[in-house]
Amino acid sequence: MENKQQLTEQILRMSGVNARKCMRCGKCTATCPSFDEMEYHPHQFVYMVEKGDIEPLMKSESLYTCLTCFACVERCPRNVEPAKLVEAVRLAVIREQGANHLKPQDLPELWDEDLPQQAIVSAFRKYSK
Amino acid sequence: MVFSYYPGCTLKTKAKDLDRYARISAEALGVTLEELPEWQCCGGVYPVAKDEIATKLSSVRALNSAGEMGNDLVTLCSACHNVIKQVNNDMRTDENIVLKVNNYLKLDKPYAGETNVLHYLEMLRDAVGFDKIKEKVTNPLTGVKIAPYYGCLLLRPGSVMQFDDPENPSIMEDFIRAIGAEPVSYSMRNECCGGYVTLENKSLAAKKSNNVLESAVSAGAQMVITACPLCLYNLNKNGSDYDIPVHYFTELLAQALGLK
Repeated sequence: MENKQQLTEQILRMSGVNARKCMRCGKCTATCPSFDEMEYHPHQFVYMVEKGDIEPLMKSESLYTCLTCFACVERCPRNVEPAKLVEAVRLAVIREQGANHLKPQDLPELWDEDLPQQAIVSAFRKYSK
Repeated sequence: MVFSYYPGCTLKTKAKDLDRYARISAEALGVTLEELPEWQCCGGVYPVAKDEIATKLSSVRALNSAGEMGNDLVTLCSACHNVIKQVNNDMRTDENIVLKVNNYLKLDKPYAGETNVLHYLEMLRDAVGFDKIKEKVTNPLTGVKIAPYYGCLLLRPGSVMQFDDPENPSIMEDFIRAIGAEPVSYSMRNECCGGYVTLENKSLAAKKSNNVLESAVSAGAQMVITACPLCLYNLNKNGSDYDIPVHYFTELLAQALGLK
């Protein structure tokens, strides 16, 4: 129980988000370009962090489909900023030793000759520490 | 007019055209872009978490370097612009980040967000003026229907970027008019192309890119313009359902100014 609370506090602190401001309108999910690829949708991230259910989020592939396009941040009528929670949960995972989601040795297979460097540095910043 | 200029990693490699046409056009418009003597990659995406410090240092170094020369800093790649502008906002508003960054960097004078950051398009609008550009156009793109593609990074978060109205922007449309062409209005101009997800999840990037192109094509566009190398890649490579050319806006500017 104590761990669960600590983890929740850590996520809230890292993100700077006040999940209790959410009024459950669902606009974040409605505007999310990745919502149909996510096991947990943006509004569920907010709800689950508020409830302290961080562990299922940490295990979810949904962490790696957020595009950081800031659509949910821009369009949330309550300024909750769900993308910041997704980021904080993802960091809680990849900051663990050996938990990088993308490894340099994966690159040759993913790379093509037109791929801009920007895509590679961005993916490493998002998926690895 | 003199500005410090931050090109970023991709403009030195896969997006050389974005950079080259921007430089020659600026020169023709009476703007001197001085590339920062030393700069590092911005990291591509803004480090969102409040406790991220090291990932913000390269942006602060660039900001401080321009500031020491007494210049505003001009960026061009949408991603670099987003990262540097958001980090600058942190340096203006987040005491904890300001303290830790300055403790680490030990600059001659602590940095607290003093430098102004302008995107190249803002430089065209605010420092040169679209009217002035119109006067200098020798080769107008008359009758060409162009879809302005903003994507996410130039506009959002609107409260920090302060680039244009994040839901109803007009700067690219005004640019298109200034070079003699006709802007096409379409609904997906500020929705995401799929970004870096293309590396791991091609089908998601393809879906997003095709949605953008479908919207542009059905509104009658003959070409799409962007300021972002990753948007260009996604729309060209992953938006494979539509055979519409995608160009950097600087290329069309150079063309209209008779430099290409």
